[in-house]
Amino acid sequence: MNSIYASRRRSDKIIKVLCYAAAIFGVGWLCLILYTLLVNGLVGLHPRIFTQMTPPPGVQDGGLLNAIVGSLIMTSIGVAIGTPLGLFAGTWLAEYGRYSKLTGVIRFVNDILLSAPSIIIGLFVYGAIVVPMGGFSGIAGSIALAVIVIPVVVRTTEDMLNLVPNHLREAASALGMPRAYVITKVSYSAARAGLITGVLLATARVAGETAPLLFTALSNQFWSVNLTSTMANLPVTINNFVNNPDPNWKQLAWTGALLITVTVLSLNIIARTLGAERKPK
Amino acid sequence: MTDMALEPARAAAEPAFDRARALSAFKLGDKTFFWVTRLSALFVLIILGGIIVSLIIGAWPAIRTYGFDFLFTQRWAPSLQPTPILGALGPIYGTIVTSLIAMAIAIPVGLGIAIFLTELCPMPLRQPIAVAIELLAGIPSIIYGMWGFFVLGPFLADHFEPAIVSAFENVPILNTIFQGPASNLSLFNAALVLSIMILPFITAISRDVFATVPPVLKEAAYGVGCTTWEVVRNVVLPYTRVGVIGGVMLALGRALGETMAVTFIIGNSFKISGSLFAPGTTISAAIASEFAESDGLHQSALILLGLLLFVLTFCVLTAARLMLRRLERKAGA
Amino acid sequence: MYLNKFLGLALVAGLTGAASVATAADITGAGATFPFPIYSKWADAYKKETGNGLNYQSIGSGAGIKQIQAKTVTFGATDAPLKKEDLDKSGLVQWPMVMGAIVPVVNIDGIKPGEIVLDGKTLADIYLGNVKKWDDDAIKKLNPKVSLPSTAITVVRRSDGSGTTFNFTDYLAKASSDWQSKIGSGQAVEWPVGVGARGNDGVAGNVAQTKNSIGYVEYAYAKQNKLTYTGMVNKAGKHVQPTIEAFQAAAANADWAHSPGYYQILTDQPGDKSWPITAATFILMYKDPADKAASSEALKFFSWSYDKGGKMAEELDYIPMPASVVGLVKKTWADEIKSK
Repeated sequence: MNSIYASRRRSDKIIKVLCYAAAIFGVGWLCLILYTLLVNGLVGLHPRIFTQMTPPPGVQDGGLLNAIVGSLIMTSIGVAIGTPLGLFAGTWLAEYGRYSKLTGVIRFVNDILLSAPSIIIGLFVYGAIVVPMGGFSGIAGSIALAVIVIPVVVRTTEDMLNLVPNHLREAASALGMPRAYVITKVSYSAARAGLITGVLLATARVAGETAPLLFTALSNQFWSVNLTSTMANLPVTINNFVNNPDPNWKQLAWTGALLITVTVLSLNIIARTLGAERKPK
Repeated sequence: MTDMALEPARAAAEPAFDRARALSAFKLGDKTFFWVTRLSALFVLIILGGIIVSLIIGAWPAIRTYGFDFLFTQRWAPSLQPTPILGALGPIYGTIVTSLIAMAIAIPVGLGIAIFLTELCPMPLRQPIAVAIELLAGIPSIIYGMWGFFVLGPFLADHFEPAIVSAFENVPILNTIFQGPASNLSLFNAALVLSIMILPFITAISRDVFATVPPVLKEAAYGVGCTTWEVVRNVVLPYTRVGVIGGVMLALGRALGETMAVTFIIGNSFKISGSLFAPGTTISAAIASEFAESDGLHQSALILLGLLLFVLTFCVLTAARLMLRRLERKAGA
Repeated sequence: MYLNKFLGLALVAGLTGAASVATAADITGAGATFPFPIYSKWADAYKKETGNGLNYQSIGSGAGIKQIQAKTVTFGATDAPLKKEDLDKSGLVQWPMVMGAIVPVVNIDGIKPGEIVLDGKTLADIYLGNVKKWDDDAIKKLNPKVSLPSTAITVVRRSDGSGTTFNFTDYLAKASSDWQSKIGSGQAVEWPVGVGARGNDGVAGNVAQTKNSIGYVEYAYAKQNKLTYTGMVNKAGKHVQPTIEAFQAAAANADWAHSPGYYQILTDQPGDKSWPITAATFILMYKDPADKAASSEALKFFSWSYDKGGKMAEELDYIPMPASVVGLVKKTWADEIKSK
């Protein structure tokens, strides 16, 4: 009899150890990656990163200014285009579409788009915008990012608006407010933290995306704020620099990677702290 | 409005309210808002439709030239005149092999972490570790690619792979799978990086579905004297089976489409070799490396590869969502 | 509140658009990674002198040819020259800008630059996968005094369409009938073995990272990144090291005056001192360009590079074009490229 108890206890202990090991494995990789980024990237974090352009190879100087600015421009435009569209679409799904069959289809399609490989989005924007325009452009890159932003914002908007208790809406309607006002003044205010979370998560997602920019905005070695021509951006610049054995370029690549990671992780953490109280249980 | 009721004098002094005009303004506002939101929602459908249409249009020349043989040809010779010989077998093989190996590593580890977080972890540590795992999901894939290229690849090539190669040198089938030379860039390295990337997805979804198990079931099992592992194996996992599988499929969908992390570390070779330590390519890595300089039939073939990837991920994600939706309904969401 | 935020973002976007000015007088070009080190050095100096910049995308000869054909850049750069018929068909003019050399680079513990020697046939066998280990008899025969490890060779080659590959495989085809029959030459061939890297820089980076590897790069990449290059056995059977004298000896054989479209392949040249894998790199521009102002700006840059860039080229061990050829090229510009 005792042997059965012993073997059960043993297998339980083994699994417990394995689970602890799995957790250490997971957290360990994160620490390893962050450590590598910090060690390699911090060394190169001089002020000139933010004041000078990307250099040609073999030069000891140079920074990432044009890439950072280009990324900021494209990310802001992408989020600026994608957020209203996503917001309104999510609103329709949550507020108006509760009993429509179309809602289910749209929600399903949105989930597919949410997890679609970003390189497919790049190919789509290439065919739809770059080819007709005749060349690579910053606006094509921004649109590719917007297409990635939309499903994220739709999903979070719908989830957050669904959490708003119905009696708030009913009270507002009872006072005579038209539907549009009920939604914008009551539902949005109630779900405000969650909606902002959604936008922050979407921004964090596109800030690091490389594949959609590879054949839409390409990259540029110089100062580029012209939306109709190639625009420098941090991820593709890092991509180009990494392959090159030039030590200055490698250092810039690591520092750029550190910048992106810090931005993305901070946005994620801020979003999660904001959305913590509102998480659906 | 209550202030007007309390001060009737002021209320009488106000000009007469044009009720009809206000109501029609409201109506117009309502209608506009309804249509703006509805069109935005329909726009989501249009985007999907646009993607499918543009992929098919771009891939049409390749479909017409190669037909079904495209799926089974290994040779990739874009510079042959007059017609390049192109085949998707190499990328498809690489995609499937790396994704399967990544899943094989990530599923047990991901489930292990989920079990750890729900059953074993001390309360104060629970949130930080959960956040840490989710941060893994947030790291952009180019960072994984860089890290894999500079850190993991050399480590595996110098220490891990030679050990495996010599360990299995005389075992009949395994020595082909694990054949040297050990390389920084190989299918195995890519699969390992991929597994670290998809780990958080499995953990996050498993954690969520584990939380839907009614506590009374677990308490009953503990009350009868089950160990933690027995509770997990006999109560939690069977109850959440569908959800866990849904999460796994979601992670698979992500693994299939991953581009930047894989491109740096997979070696870009279209040849299929039996060894896991040989270079290979996946569909997304092939597109990412060759698209910028391709044209004509070559470019069309790359878009066709993209279409294949989209169809593949579409099917996997559909299956995942269907399973997860069933679970959400059961949990009363 | 969201309306305000949206308006704010829209305003930023609008202002950015309004402030966007195309950077004036930037010459745009794309193509070969082979000459990228010297082009960027010239561009740096040219910008200091005249204030005009050069926006050169180093994406490979294949992509460069594609971009100039799509008219998205002012000039294309390629080490794989186009034949006169193709030039005429597309309405392009081609001329050689500078010459350089391709060297094999290796990463073996304890081997110093120039210590080992390879010949064309062995190189072809390595790239065919016939020679698999560093201590193979073929390599040992050429290097009797060097102790080579018994490790497997990791072959690194190009994954993109490359003029460097074109010249390298042209040499391998001349040196090995096996290679000629099985693989042939071209910008992108069906490599039997090896990992693919993008651009000369990608190959250089990969070789630097991977132990016991071999790759082929333009010499400036090997020099700038302190890679271990090898010596070679040339057509005359002599051992040569990659020095500028060896490159110049090979380049002296070229007969530019009698080549239609300046088409010249400089691999496997005769001469005791010649380096076997030398190549010229070419510029492509339209005879009748759409943007004539940009075109003449580009020609000014090239003229400046011919006249004042020779010393900079030699510092990186590229060979500037001889004065007679420069004269011929300038005449070609005047005759064939419309400036009005």
